[in-house]
Amino acid sequence: MSDKGIGASSKRREDVRFLSGNGKYTDDINVRGQKYVYFLRSDVAHGKINGIDTNKAASMPGVVGIFTGADFAEVGGLPCGWQVTDRFGEAMKEPAHPVLAQGKVRHVGDPIAAVVADSLEQARDAAEAINVDMEELPAVIDMKSAVAGGTLVHDELETNLCYDWGFVEENKEAVDEAIKNAHHVTSLELVNNRLIPNAMEPRVAIGDYDASNDESTLYTTSQNPHVIRLLMGAFVLQIPEHKLRVVAPDVGGGFGSKIFHYAEEAFCTLAARKLKVPVKWTASRSEAFISDAHGRDHVTKIELALDENGMFQAIRTDTYANMGAYLSTFSTSVPTWLHGTLMAGNYKTPLIYVNVKAVFTNTVPVDAYRGAGRPEATFQLERVIDKAARELGMDPIEIRRKNFIQKDEFPYATPVALEYDTGDYVATMDKLQEIADLDGFEARASESRKKGLLRGLGINCYIEACGIAPSNLVGMLGARAGLYESATVRVNATGSITVMTGCHSHGQGHETTFPQVIADMIGISEDQVHIQHGDTSNTPMGMGTYGSRSIAVGGAAMVRATEKIIAKAKKIAAHLMEASAEDIELKDGSFSVVGTDKSVGWGDVCLTAYVPHNYPLDQLEPGLEETAFYDPANFTFPAGAYACEVEVDPETGKVDICSFAATDDFGNVINPMVVDGQVHGGIAQGVGQALREHAVYNEDGQLVSGTYMDYSMPRADDLPNFVVDHSCQTPCTHNPLGVKGCGEAGAIGSPPAVVNAVLDALNKGGYNVSHIDMPLSPSRVWSAING
Amino acid sequence: MYDFALQRPQSLNEAIEALSAEGAQALAGGQTLIPTLKNRLASPDVLVSIGGLSELQGVSETDGTVSIKAGTTHGVVAATVESYPALASLAGNIGDPAVRNRGTIGGSLANNDPSACYPAAALASNASITTNKRTISASDFFAGLFETTLDEGELITQVDFPVPDAANYQKFDQPASRFALVGVFVAKYGNDVRVAVTGASEDGVFRWSEAESALAGNFSSSAIDGLEVDSEGMIEDIHGSKSYRASLVKVMTKRAVAAC
Repeated sequence: MSDKGIGASSKRREDVRFLSGNGKYTDDINVRGQKYVYFLRSDVAHGKINGIDTNKAASMPGVVGIFTGADFAEVGGLPCGWQVTDRFGEAMKEPAHPVLAQGKVRHVGDPIAAVVADSLEQARDAAEAINVDMEELPAVIDMKSAVAGGTLVHDELETNLCYDWGFVEENKEAVDEAIKNAHHVTSLELVNNRLIPNAMEPRVAIGDYDASNDESTLYTTSQNPHVIRLLMGAFVLQIPEHKLRVVAPDVGGGFGSKIFHYAEEAFCTLAARKLKVPVKWTASRSEAFISDAHGRDHVTKIELALDENGMFQAIRTDTYANMGAYLSTFSTSVPTWLHGTLMAGNYKTPLIYVNVKAVFTNTVPVDAYRGAGRPEATFQLERVIDKAARELGMDPIEIRRKNFIQKDEFPYATPVALEYDTGDYVATMDKLQEIADLDGFEARASESRKKGLLRGLGINCYIEACGIAPSNLVGMLGARAGLYESATVRVNATGSITVMTGCHSHGQGHETTFPQVIADMIGISEDQVHIQHGDTSNTPMGMGTYGSRSIAVGGAAMVRATEKIIAKAKKIAAHLMEASAEDIELKDGSFSVVGTDKSVGWGDVCLTAYVPHNYPLDQLEPGLEETAFYDPANFTFPAGAYACEVEVDPETGKVDICSFAATDDFGNVINPMVVDGQVHGGIAQGVGQALREHAVYNEDGQLVSGTYMDYSMPRADDLPNFVVDHSCQTPCTHNPLGVKGCGEAGAIGSPPAVVNAVLDALNKGGYNVSHIDMPLSPSRVWSAING
Repeated sequence: MYDFALQRPQSLNEAIEALSAEGAQALAGGQTLIPTLKNRLASPDVLVSIGGLSELQGVSETDGTVSIKAGTTHGVVAATVESYPALASLAGNIGDPAVRNRGTIGGSLANNDPSACYPAAALASNASITTNKRTISASDFFAGLFETTLDEGELITQVDFPVPDAANYQKFDQPASRFALVGVFVAKYGNDVRVAVTGASEDGVFRWSEAESALAGNFSSSAIDGLEVDSEGMIEDIHGSKSYRASLVKVMTKRAVAAC
């Protein structure tokens, strides 16, 4: 392990400000003269607005302006960023998504009106005085009922079905045939529970307008300010990009929920223009529960066909995917291209068919949440494999090993359109068995029995796809965006470097890890490199951070720009040493002429670039600044194997996680400590999904788990010390760093490990339980035990 | 939060005087009241802050009785009560450190949340709850969900717990809130055993009398093996059914007895 540069566990420099209370989050920004917004939100899941009387509210103290849907009738709706084409070649149903409700509300939390006032309390007082004549309509919450007909979320669509997607449609017949004729078919119906992202920092938006030059600025809690500028500027408010600046400063966690363009951002930007005052909105936690896009919420039936030797023959899976009431920005891509393509997992299943029905319901929109489609794919696959192993009396590790794609079979083309570039699933499983001390399980189980507890071991493997690309392919699949990344590397006159990246760091540690790469390439110290991100006015157009893409795509762009820098610097060095650029070598921050003792320092070359007295001006521009846009040739494919041990108390149903071990192949690793942290966080989130978290709607569309009194987040004392290892490294073959991405792996790999462990404990304890839907709360486990 | 006036009386008498006004409400640790105000679910005209009154602070332990002034926080009870470990332990497991450093025993008992811990201890110990007007036996104090026999403007000043021969509190956490999904407090005074259950019933804290009788004759967890808890009247929500809660009452009672 290195002590600096790539491979070093450099301490996270950004933590100094975060941990000392000096982070600058959006809510820390206060623009002189700002007013405050309070959104009047629907308290019914479905209703027709017959009228809104704002007269009384308008005359209340401090009120600056009141807006309703009528004020936004001429404004564009919030766009969906991915058009899915269904099994029959038809485009998905794409309803309008207004900034403020237009005649109808479609979920609890749907914004009806907004009050701008001198203080938040005044805005809230006035909002309470708005009289909404609401005719409540029946709500449709259950997806299968929604598809069956009856109440329509969007009358004009004449259906609640957004699309019926088949993948790969040409495989369908062969898959049906293989399942019909199989030696054994294991079938499993399951729910992938709806989650609420719960970033520590709630969303905030501040709109500011400078009438003197007609410039708008939006400060917002975003993972991708350039994407927001494009979507909001071009599609909603028609503000050209040179008149619109979007700033996403320090952001306190996103997990996907801050990718999307939200109504509140457009509202604050437009209200500031109309009122000519800065307008600030800060979500309360209760508001976040009913306005942040939720995650997951799939109902699935999966069938796995096996031959007499336990070899996988075919997979067929049918999923209902909840879209909620509107299409959030990337909602449509999650159950399709980020889910169906992952159904091969780590295995050589020759035939796979995936059907997904995306459904509108009177609930908060659902979109990407840490893992986005891959956790849903992995969960059903790894659960059905575990069930198959139990049915066939096979060891859960052996059945997986048997079906693994082997190391010498890469690149491997799956039947669901992906080509895995590299991997070694045997190596990660070997490593897992070693670090999890699986041989000691029986002894530990015996100790548990003495305490009246049932011990279980859960194993699973995962594959994921990061850094979604290339742009031309995703465009063909329906993406309305490119998926490249950008970097400008600006070398300052005395040799320090500022990197302007289109990625965004909201916990990932880019300010630490990106400099490690540049320091390694040039041979200068990491503290000579500064990372700038989050402001469209001083970073190149980039697509932001999600899908574990930053180092694989943004890091690659930075490498490409740095390569250009080095090439130019070598020419300058060659001039200074009167040598040929081809003979110049850069090592440890010094340029030398190969085979001589002539050398010139990095700082001298940089200064020469900006003070070009002795400089080949006729051949070379002064200055040392380069930009690169990098569009990957393929996804990257991190993979791993996880083991979880639990104790179940059969009297209460309570599950305790005793140990959790994770082996991940992330390819090359820039900062092992940061990677450990990402895996820890991901596992914690996955354990949250497996045991605790659940967004529950009742049949009227009220969010029953609408506060932390009922929505159960994982806490530190719910978790063991994780054992993580990423020493099995098969570098990505198509990006310059050989990296794969590590942000979501833990959240993808951990839920099936936990659930498999609980079911192992129950079955070994004599309870014949084949499945329990997440979250495996004490009451659900107890109910399963007690039949 | 709606606007309100804040009064900070300097003595208990001043506080009681202030509370007699129309629209006045006592503010002790505020662990229930402040979130309620923030959500605009209450709109008192005047909040009378009693948290700082020295007359309402402190713990004393004499002659088999633990006396706790109403404004004493859970954190102080947890850290100072020595002669009644089950009570100290209960206080030490309410909420988190922030809650325990603000929340008070008087506030908890007066609120009578059906999932709160203190009502179980008070009822199982047959504590004496003293107010500015009278002393109420715990058996006569709790009157159903968020209801007590306190009169309007009546303020708890002190709670006296007779120290039992043996006692234990078993709390099964509701996963999200970590209030008691079911909590059972067992206290043994000579041959008299009291079993108080919180978290489970739609009527709030209650005594499981069948278990008490069984345990009075044979104070061992096996004594209640043959008993079943009626699930009728149990709370049902996303965290557990009526029958789950009924089952937990028995499991937690057995564990409490075993731990005594």
